[in-house]
Amino acid sequence: MKSTSWKHLPGPDDTTRVSLSNGIMILTRSNFNSPSVSLGGYISAGSMFDPPEKLGLAHFTALMLMRGTHRRSFQEIYEVLESAGASLGFGASVHNVNFGGRALAEDLPLLLQILAESLCQPVFPPEQVERLRSQLMTSLAIRNQDTGDLADMAFEEILFPNHPYGRPEDGHPETLERITREDLANFHQRHYGPDTLVMVIVGAVEADQAVDAVQQALGAWDNPAPQRPPSLPPVQPLQATVRRHITVPGKFQTDLVLGTHGPRRVSPDFMAASLGNSILGQFGLMGRIGDVVREKAGLAYHAHTSLSASIEGGSWDVSAGVNPANLQRAIDLILSELKRFIQEGVTEEELRDSQANYIGRLPLSLESNAGVVNALLNIERFQLGLDYYQRYPDLVQSVTTDMVLETARRYWNLDRLAVVSAGPEMPADPAAVNDAA
Amino acid sequence: MDEVTKTQLPNGITIHLKEIHTAPIISHWVWYRVGSRNETPGQTGISHWVEHMQFKGTPTFPSSVLDKAISREGGVWNAFTHLDWTTYYETLPAEKIDLALNLEADRMVNSLFDPKEVESERTVIISEREQSENEPFARLDEAVQMAAFRAHPYRHEVIGLREDLLKIQRDDLYRHYRTYYTPSNALVAVAGDFDTAEMLDRLANIYGPLPASPLPVHRPPAEPPADGEQRVELTGPGKTTYLRIAYHSPAASSPDFFAFSVLDSLLSGPTSLNMFGGGGISNKTSRLYRALVERELAVSVHGGLSATIDPFLYDVNIIVRQDRSHEEALAGFDDQIRRLQDERVRDEEIERAIKQARALFAYGSENITNQAFWLGYAEMFADYHWFTGYLEHLERVTPDDVLRIAQTYLRPENRVVGVYLPTGEEAEEEIDDEID
Repeated sequence: MKSTSWKHLPGPDDTTRVSLSNGIMILTRSNFNSPSVSLGGYISAGSMFDPPEKLGLAHFTALMLMRGTHRRSFQEIYEVLESAGASLGFGASVHNVNFGGRALAEDLPLLLQILAESLCQPVFPPEQVERLRSQLMTSLAIRNQDTGDLADMAFEEILFPNHPYGRPEDGHPETLERITREDLANFHQRHYGPDTLVMVIVGAVEADQAVDAVQQALGAWDNPAPQRPPSLPPVQPLQATVRRHITVPGKFQTDLVLGTHGPRRVSPDFMAASLGNSILGQFGLMGRIGDVVREKAGLAYHAHTSLSASIEGGSWDVSAGVNPANLQRAIDLILSELKRFIQEGVTEEELRDSQANYIGRLPLSLESNAGVVNALLNIERFQLGLDYYQRYPDLVQSVTTDMVLETARRYWNLDRLAVVSAGPEMPADPAAVNDAA
Repeated sequence: MDEVTKTQLPNGITIHLKEIHTAPIISHWVWYRVGSRNETPGQTGISHWVEHMQFKGTPTFPSSVLDKAISREGGVWNAFTHLDWTTYYETLPAEKIDLALNLEADRMVNSLFDPKEVESERTVIISEREQSENEPFARLDEAVQMAAFRAHPYRHEVIGLREDLLKIQRDDLYRHYRTYYTPSNALVAVAGDFDTAEMLDRLANIYGPLPASPLPVHRPPAEPPADGEQRVELTGPGKTTYLRIAYHSPAASSPDFFAFSVLDSLLSGPTSLNMFGGGGISNKTSRLYRALVERELAVSVHGGLSATIDPFLYDVNIIVRQDRSHEEALAGFDDQIRRLQDERVRDEEIERAIKQARALFAYGSENITNQAFWLGYAEMFADYHWFTGYLEHLERVTPDDVLRIAQTYLRPENRVVGVYLPTGEEAEEEIDDEID
């Protein structure tokens, strides 16, 4: 049975990768198991282009694209999509503006038509700009009450000072306030063009038909002088441990994020770090961290680790939601697990388990159209090669316990951490009794 | 949605199977007809807690083995407790599926409920509860549900009341487990890359020997008819006002349910029946979005209808614009309810709701885990035909039906209006400590 498993994984044989004459890169793979299609893609127009005083500009621009085009009003755009049971949406990350959508296969041309109008011909109607601004302001107010968001945001700010990775893509109320309609139109004019556009289509459509459909919708798009991405400042290591608590009155739980820098996605350390991260706080019921903080101590409902690897850098963190009275105890337990992780590393058995998990779960993560879209976007974004998922088992198997240990030591220094909590006021006496305990 | 094999083992376990050969994967679900609906006063949250204890081990699969076994094989697994049901699933590479069958059959009868594990799980569940207490909408949800029901157990959130979570003991949990986790109260659903005859043999071998026991009898107290609009007001930190309006809605098995689904679709956007398969369809052309967000009374509006054994709630959640009051948003909402009660919807609006439902089914059929979910889901509150006939039922809905639903159910005396009023209190500026 095993030998047949791999034919389900995307590879050079069943994935088409072609570029149009205007530079648009298309990746497509057919799947006729369900009468639907998913698409996804990106353009290099993310928040790294934001002027600091107008942080949130890329995000605001992306969300305005579907609020009126030369051909259709906001309501007309959504009338077309929703009547077909289709969906399409945009959002900004640091590097890119990303989009994703899906439709019944019969409606792919319609979906691409709306996508093309949104990308090429948005008109930024003034009334819609103000309506969206008000919605974004409310989102920021909600974010400012969300203990998890506040902790994550402060964590990234400490890790990446003076760097786009340390700034929230959705900006701050005072920066959002400064953004004008002209800023949005200019940002679109300057940064949106076919030459950095990557588009992935997966589903019940033949590859040549998918490529033709993109050619028809976007083949004529031309934007002569898009800007090159700015060069980002290097990521600086932490010089000491930084401890920050954000008091959010009226809350019941404290969110904790504790961590450091991680490898870039293309770093040779990535796979060893990823497997180490799995053992530390993902595998089974959230790895060693889940076992100690949740299963044994009963301190938290969620306690796990994550590795976030991007183009210029990454982060590696432990997060947990705890009763305020248990905060210090949770931090101590996590630190002692981290100490064990960098002193003793992982066992052969732990590594084998996580390797088996990584390889075994591939068919599962790639069964839906959206799963394959993500896989192909990942391949393109980090130039992993069309045969990446076929080489993947070997890549995973090549990691040794020594490599995990070396990688853990390279990134974790327990004297140089960012430790952030957000929640109710910190108890004066850390031993304060939790009535639940 | 076709070619499903349905059978029952002599000990009472119901079995639903569907072969799907699109990927080398099998998804296996065990459903129990138990949820917060089966709880009694003082024991709220016990069904969910039992679900947590099912991950704490049996003599054959101690917890330390259990939590690694599935992951090691590249599988995923989880469990959910809802109002009417509790379900456990494992999705694995096809050749590894016996592990899931053995594990579920074993923990149907052999879970240990070690007193020490009960205590550590108590604080985990309280922590889960505190996590949602941080969220304004979750607090509002709990308050509105409590106001909507006086007698029926739907009055309580599945997670349970804090005071009950502090009080429930190991023997309470074990009794609940032994009462409801029995073959006659269980449904096993398997979808994926297998041969039906072979799979039936395996299931009979593994689940067949479990001893039969009588079907648990539980009739929750009937809810008296609502006799007037109720208002609930909460206050909390922040700058944002939240509004939740909940109407008593029909049971899933009621003929009214499908017309109500059409109404939901055009009033607040379609509700997806997929548990896996990501996202739904946006609702920017729904009547409420146009009336509240486009007219700048609110920044978002979402609604949803739940399929349940007993009548539950149709709820609409609104985030009010910062420069508007909740009264203004509610007045805008009420205009749209009156419109539904006064004017027939157009045939095209119904056709649109059907197309949206068709698309959501297509997305949901992209993955085997979701297809296996569908095999058992509808059996928990109606029967499998409810699901297979869903689109046909929608197609039979007429504008008169929708009018009648609006006039019958969307009356003010049939609802609870909950509002979360912000105090304006904000997160405080932080100060860093550098620790050298």
